Amino acid sequence: MELFINKVLAGISTGAIYACMALAVVMIYQAIDHLNFAQGEMAMFSTFISWQLMQWGVPYWWAFLLTIAISFAGGILIERLLFKPLAKAPVLTNVAGFTALFAIVNSVAGLIWDFTIKQYPTPFGSSPFLGSQLISTHQAGMIGVTLLMLLGLYFFFQFTRIGLAMRAAAALPESARLVGINTSWMIALGWGMASAIGAVAGILIAPVVFLEPNMMGGVLVYGFAAAVLGGLTSPLGAVVGGFLMGVFENLAGTYIPAVGNELKLPIALALIIIVLVFKPAGLFGRAIVKRV
Amino acid sequence: MTAMLNVKDLRAYYGQVQALHGLSFSLNEGSLTTLLGANGAGKTTTLRAICNMVRSTGAIEFEGAALASKSTENIVRLGIAHVPQGRGTFTTMTVEENLQLGAISRKDKAGIVSDIERMYAHFPVLKERYTQQAGTLSGGEQQMLAVARALMLRPRLMLLDEPSFGLAPLVVRDLFKILGKINREDKVTILVVEQNAQLALELADHAYVIETGRIVMSGNAKDIANNEDVRKSYLGY
Repeated sequence: MELFINKVLAGISTGAIYACMALAVVMIYQAIDHLNFAQGEMAMFSTFISWQLMQWGVPYWWAFLLTIAISFAGGILIERLLFKPLAKAPVLTNVAGFTALFAIVNSVAGLIWDFTIKQYPTPFGSSPFLGSQLISTHQAGMIGVTLLMLLGLYFFFQFTRIGLAMRAAAALPESARLVGINTSWMIALGWGMASAIGAVAGILIAPVVFLEPNMMGGVLVYGFAAAVLGGLTSPLGAVVGGFLMGVFENLAGTYIPAVGNELKLPIALALIIIVLVFKPAGLFGRAIVKRV
Repeated sequence: MTAMLNVKDLRAYYGQVQALHGLSFSLNEGSLTTLLGANGAGKTTTLRAICNMVRSTGAIEFEGAALASKSTENIVRLGIAHVPQGRGTFTTMTVEENLQLGAISRKDKAGIVSDIERMYAHFPVLKERYTQQAGTLSGGEQQMLAVARALMLRPRLMLLDEPSFGLAPLVVRDLFKILGKINREDKVTILVVEQNAQLALELADHAYVIETGRIVMSGNAKDIANNEDVRKSYLGY
């Protein structure tokens, strides 16, 4: 029983990271109808920035906040420079754009910081949380920071005018323009926020997976799986999907003897396929009906 | 009276297809004008061209400002509210959020709050349902909501694209009564595109008839309603 609870809690803590990545992916998908393959690499780059800041002597939480701000600006910049011009381009052109972004960010990170694996600090420590052997303080911190951020995002989208405008622009761009919303900037803002959310995910998971240019590869696959599971049209679904994914992955790795640690990732991919076959809109998503 | 909106030699295109062939008309401040015509005559395209939602050439001036180079959202911010065909309701949001969105370009918080109350007075049914998802409203209620959302901008000019579409005759009468009231009391200039010519001519004080992208007739709404030839050849009733 203790093993079970331990695995569930560990699953929730990694699930929090998957939830962040899934949410970032969904935010951009809602805005421009494309999956950002480079979301993980952007998060990795942000994490490197925070590491660099700490190397220069900036305290952890200052580096954390600064990195979020830099990532936010960077996300907006990427949208303005690369994806705004591609807004009316065919799907494949966009896919090429995302793939290019993936490769560029990955290589540039390798060029600046090289590919050796680096230790990444945690401000929470890794002692048992509240004296319990079930969960470490860092894992608890991952869950706590993620929940705080999700709560903040919920209030932003539910109760601020700019949040309302962003929701409107994502739901019905033409109607949004007709009430005077600059939808193009709402998309840029969405990119900025997705990039900032990714940065938080990267910083939180870095002490677990260690810092290197390919650190987010597996994480992003789980993030995609979580987004598909919850429904690409639903931010809430993405978050729930992320936590479910984390728990599911951990339990499968523990209790299904054939799976083990090595086969955890294929499980995520299998889940994507199963969801797409049986419930293409995901658990919380709505089916997209297009009139032709 | 001065012309509030001046449209000169408007030509609009969907890809290679030309939908408007040099349309010219003007709206007087405070007027309630209707633009009539058969299916495919170019009524919707005319409204979309005013808000720069379709590629067009020609001159459109609103209160002295040229609209051609402005984006849709900036044209709206000048005080032109556009209720599109199909209403453009944010169906996944609540009635109140839809009204808030109508006023999203305004900064005066107190004014917005009092305007929402005013809309509830105009349309009591919206007050009963203000926390409900807009998509759950009936067609008539959604049209009321679309008009209310447009009014939340405090527009100087309101463009309505077939507000009667898909509504029961009684509901249409109600809606048109409210439009008349808004025009008189709130001094909003209105341009309404309609296929229901009879009703639109009762409501409007001025009318244009449009056929295959050209204005073929204009005049006092009553005169046009009484003109036997016009009725037979263009309005079909």
